[in-house]
Amino acid sequence: MKRFGDVVAVAGLDLTVSAGECFGLLGPNGAGKTTTIEILEGLTPPDSGDVEILGMRWQDGAPGRALRERLGIQLQETQLADKLTVSEVLGLFRSFYRQSHTVEEVLALVELEEKRKARVVTLSGGQKQRLAVACALVSKPELLFLDEPTTGLDPQSRRQLWEIIRRFRADGGTVLLTTHYMEEAERLCDRVAIMDHGKIIAQGTPKELIASLGADHVVDFALTEGRIAKDLVEILRQMGGVSAVRTGPDGVSLTVVELHRALPALLALLKERGVELSLLTTHHASLDDVFVALTGRQLRDT
Amino acid sequence: MYQLAVSRMREFYREPEAVFWVFGFPIVLAFALGLAFRNTGPGNLQVCVAGGPGDSALAATLDSSPRLIASGLDTATARLRLRTGRIALLVIPGDPVVYRYDSTRTESGLARLQVDDVLQRSRGRKDLVTVRDDRAVAPGSRYIDFLIPGLLGMNLLGSGIWGVGFSVVQARQRKLLKRYMATPMRRSHYLLSFILSRLVFLIVEVIALVGFGWLLFGVAVRGSFATLAGITIVGSFSFAGLGLLVASRAKTIEGVSGLMNLVMLPMWILSGTFFSYSRFPDAMIPFVKALPLTALNDALRAVMIDGAAVATLGTPLAVVVAWGAVSFVIALKIFRWR
Repeated sequence: MKRFGDVVAVAGLDLTVSAGECFGLLGPNGAGKTTTIEILEGLTPPDSGDVEILGMRWQDGAPGRALRERLGIQLQETQLADKLTVSEVLGLFRSFYRQSHTVEEVLALVELEEKRKARVVTLSGGQKQRLAVACALVSKPELLFLDEPTTGLDPQSRRQLWEIIRRFRADGGTVLLTTHYMEEAERLCDRVAIMDHGKIIAQGTPKELIASLGADHVVDFALTEGRIAKDLVEILRQMGGVSAVRTGPDGVSLTVVELHRALPALLALLKERGVELSLLTTHHASLDDVFVALTGRQLRDT
Repeated sequence: MYQLAVSRMREFYREPEAVFWVFGFPIVLAFALGLAFRNTGPGNLQVCVAGGPGDSALAATLDSSPRLIASGLDTATARLRLRTGRIALLVIPGDPVVYRYDSTRTESGLARLQVDDVLQRSRGRKDLVTVRDDRAVAPGSRYIDFLIPGLLGMNLLGSGIWGVGFSVVQARQRKLLKRYMATPMRRSHYLLSFILSRLVFLIVEVIALVGFGWLLFGVAVRGSFATLAGITIVGSFSFAGLGLLVASRAKTIEGVSGLMNLVMLPMWILSGTFFSYSRFPDAMIPFVKALPLTALNDALRAVMIDGAAVATLGTPLAVVVAWGAVSFVIALKIFRWR
């Protein structure tokens, strides 16, 4: 547990991450993900509770340093020294560790070879982020902590980072990452924990969590006349193939088991009532929908 | 630690403004002040003779004296010049001859003595006692000789506190300190790397300023260079410690700037950089002497002007070392790493 003044940032959670696994902490901004990961990294002392990393506990002095030798850490807001070049930054971080990759090796890992002589200030957002991850990888870590590694990046840079993480895992590394992109968690993580207000509200493999919705499709629609009648919602709930109905300011969201039955039925019903659609989309159920189902809030809005 | 120190240096010399403020500015300052105070002795005195009987003869007599420049002017213009300080004294011919001057101005007092002497002699006054002038120019008595060691001390203080303070707070603000904490780096290495990189800059600073003073104004170092080097190293370490202390808690650049000024401004004024601290009231002197910059300036002047040996500088050096050691230890204790 961790308090900041009156605010309880993290209120008791239990996690186990196994070796070789990629574990994702998911949640909206302010859910307590960063506080949690920094407690695990030994940067923020918890007010209460136990942390065990690679069979060790955080201590000051030599034992703590020995543990740090085995970890790679990327923090959310670090801005590296602008005036240094990429290879100078890596050389500096390399010098902190007894055992490490050479600068060239780690440049190859994150595909920044062409930028080795470039000053940090001239790098793009995606390149800076890859450099930050490179600083975490330089120590040949067994366990890699990544705090929102892809937040604010364009899709291409994001994919490049995913590729870096995949390669690290292919070599047997363990990853613990935080993100508020559910898609990222679905693609990268073996297991995820969804956090909200400092608590874990669901935990499991992405597949298990999505399956817990009891349906695999989501239909979103909105009507030209705006609000939807109360009785219509009731009829929808009773409709075959529909497992849940949720109304929001932007429209209605149906969780659906059999799309091929539910969708024609929905269209027929709306035609019969004489109301017109202004929006209709369907997608496979995702972790986003799990979050909405658990909290009643959209992840992106928060 | 070596890597940290090298990084620190790279960050510094790639910041052209910082380089100017540390190296260029003191030299510009020394140049300007050196020119302004080139002659420490009194120069020629400007006096005026107002219109009246025998005015041009009187002006010629006064002008013939090597220390006086005399000219004849009408009374109104002459009075205006006296009031605005362009002449030191106005002579109004007649009987009696009137000397008009501001008795609180040193120059005017000198001019009165000089003018009166020339005038009385020209009318036939004889000296009753034979005197002989024995003029001595004491080595290192010029203002620039006093100034260069002071600027050196001030520069060591400024670059120690600015150099260390800003980089620490910037690293803290950019969460870089926290990132370093996430590595096995030893904390003491981080702090020591500042002191190490200061040492390298120190050599450049000292050579630049002392070399400049020597080349342009002939300011010699009378003591040994080894002693001078030793004193500057001690001073530089001490101020780096002070800089770490100033930066140990501050979270923002604005916050640390205020603290730095709070530390440096009193020392610039009190510690005898531009003028001797003996001008302050006696009751203040012990406090002034306890300041690290005062002690350092005293030691630097003792070496550069008087050619003192290390052994005689125990007290000021002890003061400097004590400040540095105490602030380093406190900084290490209270340092905010996040």
